[in-house]
Amino acid sequence: MSETPTYIGFEAYTGHIPPSIPSAVQQATARFAVGRAARVSELPQFEQLRQIASDIRLHTIENMDTYLLRFEEKVTAAGGHVHWAATAEDARQIVLQIAREHNVKLAVKSKSMATEEIGLNHALETAGIEALETDLGEYIIQLAGTGPSHIIVPAIHLKKEEIAAIFSEKLGIDAPADPIELTRIAREILREKFLNAEMGVSGANFLIAETGTLVMVTNEGNGRMCTTMPDLHVAVVGIDKIIPDWESLTVFLKLLARSATGQKLSTYTQFITGPRRAEGEFGPKEFHIVLLDNGRSDVLKDPIGREVFKCIRCGACANVCPVYKNVGGFAYGWFISGPIGAIFAPQMLGTPTARELPYASTLCGACADVCPVKIPIPTILRHLRRRVAEGDQIAASTMPAPIAAAAKLSALALAQNWIYRFGARILPPVMALFTRDSWISSAPYPLNRWTKSRPLLAFTAGFRSWWKNRNAK
Amino acid sequence: MPKAQLFITCLGDQFYTKTLQNMTVLLERLGVELTFPHEQTCCGQPHFNNGFESQAREVARNFLRAFGRSDASIIGPSGSCVSMVKHHYPELFPAGTPEHALAAEIASRTFEFTEYLVNVLKVTDVGAVYPHKVTYHASCHYLRELGLKTEAKTLLNAVKGLEFVPLNEEETCCGFGGAFTVTYPEVSRSMMENKLKNILASGADTVVMCEPGCLMNVAGGLHKTGSNIRAMHIIDLLSSK
Ligand code: SF4
Repeated sequence: MSETPTYIGFEAYTGHIPPSIPSAVQQATARFAVGRAARVSELPQFEQLRQIASDIRLHTIENMDTYLLRFEEKVTAAGGHVHWAATAEDARQIVLQIAREHNVKLAVKSKSMATEEIGLNHALETAGIEALETDLGEYIIQLAGTGPSHIIVPAIHLKKEEIAAIFSEKLGIDAPADPIELTRIAREILREKFLNAEMGVSGANFLIAETGTLVMVTNEGNGRMCTTMPDLHVAVVGIDKIIPDWESLTVFLKLLARSATGQKLSTYTQFITGPRRAEGEFGPKEFHIVLLDNGRSDVLKDPIGREVFKCIRCGACANVCPVYKNVGGFAYGWFISGPIGAIFAPQMLGTPTARELPYASTLCGACADVCPVKIPIPTILRHLRRRVAEGDQIAASTMPAPIAAAAKLSALALAQNWIYRFGARILPPVMALFTRDSWISSAPYPLNRWTKSRPLLAFTAGFRSWWKNRNAK
Repeated sequence: MPKAQLFITCLGDQFYTKTLQNMTVLLERLGVELTFPHEQTCCGQPHFNNGFESQAREVARNFLRAFGRSDASIIGPSGSCVSMVKHHYPELFPAGTPEHALAAEIASRTFEFTEYLVNVLKVTDVGAVYPHKVTYHASCHYLRELGLKTEAKTLLNAVKGLEFVPLNEEETCCGFGGAFTVTYPEVSRSMMENKLKNILASGADTVVMCEPGCLMNVAGGLHKTGSNIRAMHIIDLLSSK
């Protein structure tokens, strides 16, 4: 996977979801949601922190150039190299170039959404460089040959039996369905790789402009191995990860793990400022960071849509999303799924590619309730629906013509109330033809899309005449 | 004597005649003088929520005409439609225009039924009797957009004979979502089935809610599975004697 999609068919995919996916996803997300709720209730200032976090993010979005330049200056001063990548292709070429210069044959990777976004693994493999995921979940899906199905738990859709089967098949061993044993097997294989890799690749959770520091929040320790054991560390990071200073970081760290996994703090919080300065110090000899734009600058021009970049990738919105929990992450067609995926992909890939995603929501609002940086997800979904339905300065309408025509006709009838009232007289007798015992179990198109899942109540439309007769007396 | 205009909503109009009659009788019994602006059609939410904002604006104009003739409160049996008027009408018209002012003014006097009873009339006991085990589904816009967390339960609490049983995942969407049911029917169905599973597990013989859309969805689902659990609009439950 991890190829950039050309069309995301949410409906086509969700027509035949393997039942094991929602079952695995619901089990895991429920655990996270409960953990999150417990941590939130322990922190009386949680609401205040959300507001502060949201304010900091908006401020950073509005001043992104300033902070990015400050970051570059500080990284350079610390002896690191900063590369600017306008597109995914630029980013891939930059990493490949660095790898070639260092004669890299094996790259170990810690979990990174930006490298998924640019399809880095595929590019490295094509260039003859082995790219190995070392986060356990990422390792599993790399073996399985799929992309991630949750932004923080990439293999959330798999149960332990399925993981054991993947290990057995791909590694040619007899793996038991025991999480501890599976982890041990992976660890043994990975340890060897950490020792031999010439390059470590990572992403980042935050970039601190104040000091040019890259922050990584992880749980497994593999991130630390990737960024300290090889002599070369290359980070690929979206420009939206920038934050002003360490003081802001404290706010995000209080929110991130609590919202994500229900932890107070993740096991490891790592700060990387440039390469090692002296022999004997930890860290790689060379540190490179690729700052990825890939369309972000354009999205930043849209005052409603750009709030998507407030995201700290905690996954809380997916964990409470009833749509996500019933379809899993692959339905969203790209590396980022759930409510955040539904507002990210249509902006980054464009509505011609992802026009179905803004509609992949009942606008129930559960996501916005938990989002630690207060992204108004339903508002952005409606905004993107408007782009699909009517078109705006960013993209022309991509709504199929029959639906657009139906919307226009129905609005005409509803705005000219005599047409509506006339229709309301015609409809009950017509629909009576389909009605048995007050229920319509199969209706004509488009209502058949309703009745294939549950019957429709009979059209009674009796209030108006009741009111009239009653007041005539 | 408080005056109010009945906002019956298009789903109510088409499918819930009895509920609307009950709403009328109940409000009149509580001393509210009612009128019914017959030019009303739909609030325009289906268009608004699906991105057809210009069309939503046209439909909203009809609503503003219908309800703008009187300065009485506006009461509807749907959290979602009321939220459309209360929160989204003002967004539809540019600030500073007369239409925006009218929309904002109308928004300020539009209430969901239980909200009007509990928070405006300050009535919590309407004298209903319903000796059943009842559980409650919190509809999304009622709960999150209007912020009505306690109103329905306060009213249920005062019903004689009623035994309240909690619903697991009470606040999880039932899969209705308006056009969502026909845009992604399979997803809508699995969400509904989750909701039904929790309703069955609650042990209730009645599930009550404040939203005609969710009600059509849940009642249809229950009917299909052959369950004899009743799905009810809270207005109908509060009208039981
Ligand atoms: S949108 Fe909000 S809740 Fe969802 S992943 Fe981003 S920060 Fe977390």
